[in-house]
Amino acid sequence: MKIIRNAVITFLFLGFLNFSTLPDPKSVPVMNFKQFEPELHKKNDSVYLVNFWATWCAPCREELPAIEKEKEKYKNEKFRILLVSLDMPSQLNSRLLPFIKFNQIKSDVILLNDPRQNEWIDKVDPGWSGEIPFTVIYGKDFRNTYNKSFSFKELDSIINLKLNSL
Amino acid sequence: MKRMMLVFGFALLSLALVHGQGYKVGDKASDFKLKNVDGKMISLKDYPNAKGFVVVFTCNNCPYAKAYQDRLIELDKAYKAKGYPVIAINSNDPSLSPEDSYDKMIVRAKEKSYSFPYLFDETQEVYRSYGAQRTPHTYLLKKEGNALVVKYIGAIDDNYQDPSQIENKYLSNAIDAVLAGNEPQPATTKAIGCGIKDKTKRT
Repeated sequence: MKIIRNAVITFLFLGFLNFSTLPDPKSVPVMNFKQFEPELHKKNDSVYLVNFWATWCAPCREELPAIEKEKEKYKNEKFRILLVSLDMPSQLNSRLLPFIKFNQIKSDVILLNDPRQNEWIDKVDPGWSGEIPFTVIYGKDFRNTYNKSFSFKELDSIINLKLNSL
Repeated sequence: MKRMMLVFGFALLSLALVHGQGYKVGDKASDFKLKNVDGKMISLKDYPNAKGFVVVFTCNNCPYAKAYQDRLIELDKAYKAKGYPVIAINSNDPSLSPEDSYDKMIVRAKEKSYSFPYLFDETQEVYRSYGAQRTPHTYLLKKEGNALVVKYIGAIDDNYQDPSQIENKYLSNAIDAVLAGNEPQPATTKAIGCGIKDKTKRT
Protein backbone atom coordinates (compact mmCIF):
# COMPACT_ATOMS: atom_id res chain seq x y z
CA MET A 1 0.00 0.00 0.00
CA LYS A 2 2.78 2.32 1.01
CA ILE A 3 4.55 1.68 -2.27
CA ILE A 4 1.41 2.49 -4.21
CA ARG A 5 0.85 5.67 -2.27
CA ASN A 6 4.42 6.79 -2.74
CA ALA A 7 4.15 6.04 -6.43
CA VAL A 8 1.02 8.17 -6.60
CA ILE A 9 2.73 11.01 -4.77
CA THR A 10 5.67 10.74 -7.15
CA PHE A 11 3.28 10.95 -10.08
CA LEU A 12 1.85 14.09 -8.58
CA PHE A 13 5.27 15.69 -8.50
CA LEU A 14 5.91 14.72 -12.06
CA GLY A 15 2.70 16.45 -12.96
CA PHE A 16 1.37 13.51 -14.93
CA LEU A 17 -1.89 13.34 -13.11
CA ASN A 18 -4.93 15.41 -13.81
CA PHE A 19 -6.71 16.08 -10.54
CA SER A 20 -8.56 19.23 -11.45
CA THR A 21 -11.84 17.71 -10.33
CA LEU A 22 -10.75 17.71 -6.68
CA PRO A 23 -11.92 20.62 -4.53
CA ASP A 24 -9.45 23.44 -3.99
CA PRO A 25 -7.67 23.45 -0.64
CA LYS A 26 -8.16 26.06 2.01
CA SER A 27 -5.72 28.92 1.70
CA VAL A 28 -2.26 28.49 3.19
CA PRO A 29 -1.18 31.57 5.13
CA VAL A 30 2.49 32.51 4.81
CA MET A 31 3.99 33.62 8.12
CA ASN A 32 7.33 34.53 9.62
CA PHE A 33 8.34 33.03 12.96
CA LYS A 34 7.13 35.97 15.01
CA GLN A 35 3.69 35.72 13.44
CA PHE A 36 3.59 31.97 13.93
CA GLU A 37 5.05 31.75 17.46
CA PRO A 38 1.73 32.23 19.37
CA GLU A 39 0.55 28.93 17.84
CA LEU A 40 3.11 27.19 20.07
CA HIS A 41 1.87 28.82 23.26
CA LYS A 42 -1.91 28.73 23.35
CA LYS A 43 -3.24 28.56 26.87
CA ASN A 44 -6.64 26.94 27.05
CA ASP A 45 -8.01 23.47 27.64
CA SER A 46 -7.24 21.99 24.19
CA VAL A 47 -4.52 19.61 23.06
CA TYR A 48 -2.41 21.08 20.25
CA LEU A 49 -0.34 19.19 17.70
CA VAL A 50 2.09 21.33 15.70
CA ASN A 51 3.92 19.37 13.01
CA PHE A 52 6.90 20.77 11.07
CA TRP A 53 7.16 19.18 7.64
CA ALA A 54 7.81 19.78 3.94
CA THR A 55 6.70 18.17 0.70
CA TRP A 56 10.33 17.26 -0.10
CA CYS A 57 10.68 15.31 3.17
CA ALA A 58 9.76 11.62 2.66
CA PRO A 59 9.32 10.63 6.34
CA CYS A 60 7.09 13.71 6.74
CA ARG A 61 4.89 12.66 3.83
CA GLU A 62 4.70 9.15 5.26
CA GLU A 63 3.25 10.29 8.60
CA LEU A 64 0.72 12.76 7.19
CA PRO A 65 -2.03 10.13 6.78
CA ALA A 66 -1.66 9.25 10.48
CA ILE A 67 -2.08 12.90 11.46
CA GLU A 68 -5.06 13.31 9.16
CA LYS A 69 -6.63 10.20 10.65
CA GLU A 70 -6.24 11.71 14.12
CA LYS A 71 -7.99 14.85 12.95
CA GLU A 72 -10.95 12.83 11.77
CA LYS A 73 -11.01 10.61 14.85
CA TYR A 74 -11.05 13.48 17.34
CA LYS A 75 -12.96 16.03 15.31
CA ASN A 76 -15.45 16.50 18.15
CA GLU A 77 -12.78 16.73 20.86
CA LYS A 78 -10.67 19.61 22.09
CA PHE A 79 -7.86 18.77 19.68
CA ARG A 80 -6.23 21.12 17.19
CA ILE A 81 -3.69 20.35 14.47
CA LEU A 82 -1.41 22.78 12.66
CA LEU A 83 0.86 21.60 9.86
CA VAL A 84 3.80 23.98 9.49
CA SER A 85 5.34 23.60 6.04
CA LEU A 86 8.98 24.52 5.57
CA ASP A 87 8.69 24.39 1.80
CA MET A 88 10.28 27.22 -0.13
CA PRO A 89 7.79 30.10 -0.50
CA SER A 90 8.60 30.12 -4.20
CA GLN A 91 7.07 26.63 -4.37
CA LEU A 92 3.80 27.49 -2.64
CA ASN A 93 1.74 27.43 -5.83
CA SER A 94 3.82 24.99 -7.84
CA ARG A 95 4.25 22.35 -5.18
CA LEU A 96 2.68 22.85 -1.75
CA LEU A 97 -0.88 23.73 -2.81
CA PRO A 98 -1.06 20.94 -5.42
CA PHE A 99 0.23 18.50 -2.79
CA ILE A 100 -2.46 19.56 -0.29
CA LYS A 101 -5.10 19.37 -2.96
CA PHE A 102 -4.10 16.00 -4.31
CA ASN A 103 -3.79 14.40 -0.88
CA GLN A 104 -6.94 16.19 0.33
CA ILE A 105 -5.24 17.40 3.50
CA LYS A 106 -7.93 18.62 5.89
CA SER A 107 -5.72 19.92 8.69
CA ASP A 108 -4.78 23.60 8.75
CA VAL A 109 -1.52 24.31 6.95
CA ILE A 110 0.69 27.37 7.14
CA LEU A 111 3.91 28.04 5.30
CA LEU A 112 6.60 29.25 7.66
CA ASN A 113 8.69 31.68 5.65
CA ASP A 114 11.60 32.51 7.91
CA PRO A 115 14.97 31.41 6.57
CA ARG A 116 16.91 32.46 9.69
CA GLN A 117 16.32 29.06 11.24
CA ASN A 118 19.27 29.42 13.60
CA GLU A 119 17.34 32.20 15.28
CA TRP A 120 14.05 30.36 15.71
CA ILE A 121 14.78 26.60 16.01
CA ASP A 122 15.82 27.04 19.65
CA LYS A 123 12.63 28.97 20.38
CA VAL A 124 10.64 25.90 19.34
CA ASP A 125 12.89 23.53 21.29
CA PRO A 126 16.60 23.99 22.14
CA GLY A 127 17.11 20.25 21.74
CA TRP A 128 15.88 20.24 18.15
CA SER A 129 18.49 20.01 15.40
CA GLY A 130 16.05 21.43 12.90
CA GLU A 131 15.54 18.05 11.25
CA ILE A 132 11.99 17.29 10.13
CA PRO A 133 9.53 15.80 10.77
CA PHE A 134 9.31 17.44 14.17
CA THR A 135 6.16 17.49 16.26
CA VAL A 136 5.19 19.49 19.32
CA ILE A 137 2.22 18.18 21.29
CA TYR A 138 1.19 20.53 24.05
CA GLY A 139 -1.58 21.69 26.30
CA LYS A 140 -1.96 23.96 29.27
CA ASP A 141 0.18 21.79 31.57
CA PHE A 142 2.44 19.81 29.30
CA ARG A 143 4.70 20.04 26.28
CA ASN A 144 6.29 17.11 24.46
CA THR A 145 8.46 17.15 21.35
CA TYR A 146 9.15 14.32 18.92
CA ASN A 147 11.80 14.18 16.19
CA LYS A 148 10.34 11.14 14.48
CA SER A 149 7.89 9.98 11.86
CA PHE A 150 4.75 8.75 13.65
CA SER A 151 2.70 5.68 12.89
CA PHE A 152 -1.01 6.09 13.55
CA LYS A 153 -0.84 3.69 16.48
CA GLU A 154 1.96 5.59 18.21
CA LEU A 155 0.39 8.96 17.64
CA ASP A 156 -3.05 7.80 18.67
CA SER A 157 -1.86 6.40 21.99
CA ILE A 158 -0.30 9.78 22.82
CA ILE A 159 -3.29 11.89 21.75
CA ASN A 160 -5.74 9.54 23.41
CA LEU A 161 -3.85 9.75 26.70
CA LYS A 162 -3.58 13.54 26.54
CA LEU A 163 -7.25 14.04 25.72
CA ASN A 164 -8.27 11.69 28.51
CA SER A 165 -6.16 13.54 31.06
CA LEU A 166 -7.56 16.97 30.20
CA MET B 1 36.50 -9.09 38.90
CA LYS B 2 37.99 -9.56 35.49
CA ARG B 3 34.57 -10.34 34.16
CA MET B 4 33.09 -7.23 35.70
CA MET B 5 35.81 -5.14 34.17
CA LEU B 6 34.97 -6.67 30.81
CA VAL B 7 31.27 -5.90 31.21
CA PHE B 8 32.10 -2.40 32.34
CA GLY B 9 34.41 -2.01 29.38
CA PHE B 10 31.69 -3.05 26.98
CA ALA B 11 29.22 -0.70 28.61
CA LEU B 12 31.68 2.15 28.22
CA LEU B 13 32.35 1.20 24.62
CA SER B 14 28.67 1.10 23.72
CA LEU B 15 28.18 4.43 25.46
CA ALA B 16 31.01 5.85 23.36
CA LEU B 17 29.41 4.46 20.22
CA VAL B 18 26.07 6.06 21.01
CA HIS B 19 27.32 9.42 22.23
CA GLY B 20 30.61 9.68 20.40
CA GLN B 21 29.11 9.95 16.95
CA GLY B 22 30.47 12.84 15.01
CA TYR B 23 32.92 15.63 15.59
CA LYS B 24 32.76 18.64 17.79
CA VAL B 25 34.76 21.81 17.32
CA GLY B 26 38.32 21.14 18.46
CA ASP B 27 38.25 17.46 17.48
CA LYS B 28 40.71 15.98 15.02
CA ALA B 29 39.02 14.93 11.79
CA SER B 30 40.13 11.87 9.88
CA ASP B 31 41.06 11.85 6.23
CA PHE B 32 39.09 9.78 3.71
CA LYS B 33 39.47 8.39 0.22
CA LEU B 34 36.43 8.89 -1.99
CA LYS B 35 35.66 8.79 -5.69
CA ASN B 36 35.38 12.14 -7.42
CA VAL B 37 33.04 12.84 -10.35
CA ASP B 38 36.04 12.54 -12.69
CA GLY B 39 36.58 8.94 -11.55
CA LYS B 40 39.73 9.68 -9.53
CA MET B 41 40.07 8.85 -5.86
CA ILE B 42 40.60 11.91 -3.65
CA SER B 43 42.01 12.29 -0.15
CA LEU B 44 42.74 15.40 1.87
CA LYS B 45 46.40 14.38 1.97
CA ASP B 46 46.45 15.01 -1.79
CA TYR B 47 46.49 18.74 -0.97
CA PRO B 48 49.91 19.33 0.64
CA ASN B 49 49.69 23.10 0.08
CA ALA B 50 46.25 23.61 1.58
CA LYS B 51 46.04 25.27 5.00
CA GLY B 52 42.78 23.48 5.62
CA PHE B 53 39.49 22.49 4.02
CA VAL B 54 35.88 23.46 3.72
CA VAL B 55 34.23 20.02 3.78
CA VAL B 56 30.58 20.28 2.72
CA PHE B 57 28.12 17.39 2.89
CA THR B 58 25.63 18.15 0.16
CA CYS B 59 23.70 16.45 -2.64
CA ASN B 60 21.87 16.98 -5.94
CA ASN B 61 18.26 16.73 -4.94
CA CYS B 62 17.56 18.60 -1.70
CA PRO B 63 16.11 22.08 -2.32
CA TYR B 64 18.43 23.57 0.30
CA ALA B 65 21.48 21.95 -1.28
CA LYS B 66 20.39 23.31 -4.65
CA ALA B 67 19.96 26.77 -3.19
CA TYR B 68 23.60 26.71 -2.11
CA GLN B 69 25.21 25.33 -5.29
CA ASP B 70 26.27 28.72 -6.61
CA ARG B 71 27.37 29.91 -3.19
CA LEU B 72 29.65 26.87 -2.86
CA ILE B 73 31.31 27.79 -6.16
CA GLU B 74 31.80 31.35 -4.90
CA LEU B 75 33.24 30.10 -1.60
CA ASP B 76 35.68 27.84 -3.42
CA LYS B 77 36.77 30.65 -5.71
CA ALA B 78 37.22 33.03 -2.78
CA TYR B 79 39.06 30.69 -0.43
CA LYS B 80 40.94 28.13 -2.53
CA ALA B 81 43.61 30.74 -3.26
CA LYS B 82 43.84 31.48 0.47
CA GLY B 83 44.47 27.82 1.23
CA TYR B 84 40.95 26.61 2.03
CA PRO B 85 39.47 24.69 -0.92
CA VAL B 86 35.90 23.38 -0.87
CA ILE B 87 35.52 19.58 -0.82
CA ALA B 88 31.90 18.58 -1.51
CA ILE B 89 30.65 15.12 -0.51
CA ASN B 90 27.36 13.43 -1.36
CA SER B 91 26.52 10.79 1.27
CA ASN B 92 22.93 10.08 0.30
CA ASP B 93 21.94 6.49 -0.44
CA PRO B 94 20.79 6.55 -4.10
CA SER B 95 18.36 3.69 -3.42
CA LEU B 96 16.44 6.16 -1.25
CA SER B 97 17.16 9.20 -3.40
CA PRO B 98 17.74 8.21 -7.04
CA GLU B 99 18.63 11.81 -8.00
CA ASP B 100 21.72 11.48 -5.82
CA SER B 101 23.38 8.62 -7.72
CA TYR B 102 27.01 8.84 -8.78
CA ASP B 103 25.98 9.21 -12.43
CA LYS B 104 23.67 12.12 -11.62
CA MET B 105 26.47 13.71 -9.56
CA ILE B 106 28.63 13.69 -12.69
CA VAL B 107 25.84 15.41 -14.62
CA ARG B 108 25.31 18.06 -11.92
CA ALA B 109 29.03 18.80 -11.56
CA LYS B 110 29.24 19.33 -15.31
CA GLU B 111 26.07 21.47 -15.52
CA LYS B 112 27.19 23.75 -12.72
CA SER B 113 30.90 23.63 -13.71
CA TYR B 114 31.87 22.81 -10.15
CA SER B 115 35.32 24.22 -9.43
CA PHE B 116 35.72 21.78 -6.52
CA PRO B 117 35.75 17.99 -6.17
CA TYR B 118 32.33 16.40 -5.71
CA LEU B 119 32.89 13.08 -3.97
CA PHE B 120 30.61 10.11 -3.53
CA ASP B 121 30.49 8.64 0.01
CA GLU B 122 29.12 5.36 -1.24
CA THR B 123 29.59 3.40 2.01
CA GLN B 124 28.28 6.39 4.03
CA GLU B 125 31.18 5.91 6.44
CA VAL B 126 32.54 9.42 6.05
CA TYR B 127 29.36 11.29 6.92
CA ARG B 128 28.83 9.00 9.90
CA SER B 129 32.31 9.57 11.27
CA TYR B 130 31.93 13.34 10.81
CA GLY B 131 28.44 13.26 12.29
CA ALA B 132 26.86 15.24 9.45
CA GLN B 133 23.06 15.25 9.52
CA ARG B 134 21.92 17.60 6.81
CA THR B 135 22.55 18.73 3.28
CA PRO B 136 24.28 21.13 3.26
CA HIS B 137 26.31 20.59 6.45
CA THR B 138 29.76 22.16 6.59
CA TYR B 139 32.95 21.36 8.50
CA LEU B 140 35.85 23.80 8.48
CA LEU B 141 39.12 21.94 9.04
CA LYS B 142 42.49 23.55 9.78
CA LYS B 143 45.80 21.79 9.36
CA GLU B 144 47.78 21.83 12.58
CA GLY B 145 50.94 19.80 12.04
CA ASN B 146 49.69 16.46 10.77
CA ALA B 147 46.24 16.90 12.27
CA LEU B 148 43.07 18.31 10.75
CA VAL B 149 41.37 20.23 13.53
CA VAL B 150 37.64 21.04 13.30
CA LYS B 151 37.15 24.80 13.66
CA TYR B 152 33.55 25.34 12.62
CA ILE B 153 30.50 23.10 12.10
CA GLY B 154 27.12 24.09 10.73
CA ALA B 155 25.33 26.26 8.21
CA ILE B 156 26.87 28.26 5.36
CA ASP B 157 24.94 31.43 6.14
CA ASP B 158 21.61 32.54 7.61
CA ASN B 159 19.46 32.80 4.50
CA TYR B 160 19.05 29.85 2.18
CA GLN B 161 16.29 31.57 0.23
CA ASP B 162 17.79 34.85 -0.74
CA PRO B 163 21.54 35.51 -0.90
CA SER B 164 20.89 39.27 -1.02
CA GLN B 165 19.25 39.10 2.43
CA ILE B 166 22.11 37.32 4.21
CA GLU B 167 23.05 38.96 7.50
CA ASN B 168 25.47 36.36 8.83
CA LYS B 169 27.94 34.60 6.58
CA TYR B 170 28.77 32.04 9.27
CA LEU B 171 31.14 29.93 7.18
CA SER B 172 33.01 32.77 5.43
CA ASN B 173 33.36 34.56 8.76
CA ALA B 174 34.74 31.36 10.30
CA ILE B 175 37.33 30.95 7.53
CA ASP B 176 38.32 34.62 7.82
CA ALA B 177 38.73 34.21 11.59
CA VAL B 178 40.92 31.12 11.19
CA LEU B 179 42.99 32.87 8.50
CA ALA B 180 43.52 35.73 10.95
CA GLY B 181 44.63 33.27 13.64
CA ASN B 182 41.43 33.55 15.68
CA GLU B 183 38.74 31.11 16.73
CA PRO B 184 35.46 31.40 14.80
CA GLN B 185 32.55 33.02 16.59
CA PRO B 186 30.11 31.28 16.54
CA ALA B 187 32.01 28.02 16.10
CA THR B 188 28.84 26.00 15.62
CA THR B 189 25.44 26.73 14.13
CA LYS B 190 22.58 24.39 13.31
CA ALA B 191 22.92 23.19 9.74
CA ILE B 192 19.73 23.86 7.80
CA GLY B 193 18.65 21.41 5.14
CA CYS B 194 17.34 17.97 4.31
CA GLY B 195 18.31 14.91 6.31
CA ILE B 196 21.06 12.70 4.85
CA LYS B 197 19.33 9.67 3.34
CA ASP B 198 20.43 6.52 5.14
CA LYS B 199 18.51 3.24 5.29
CA THR B 200 19.76 2.48 8.77
CA LYS B 201 18.49 5.80 10.12
CA ARG B 202 14.94 5.91 8.88
CA THR B 203 12.44 6.31 11.67
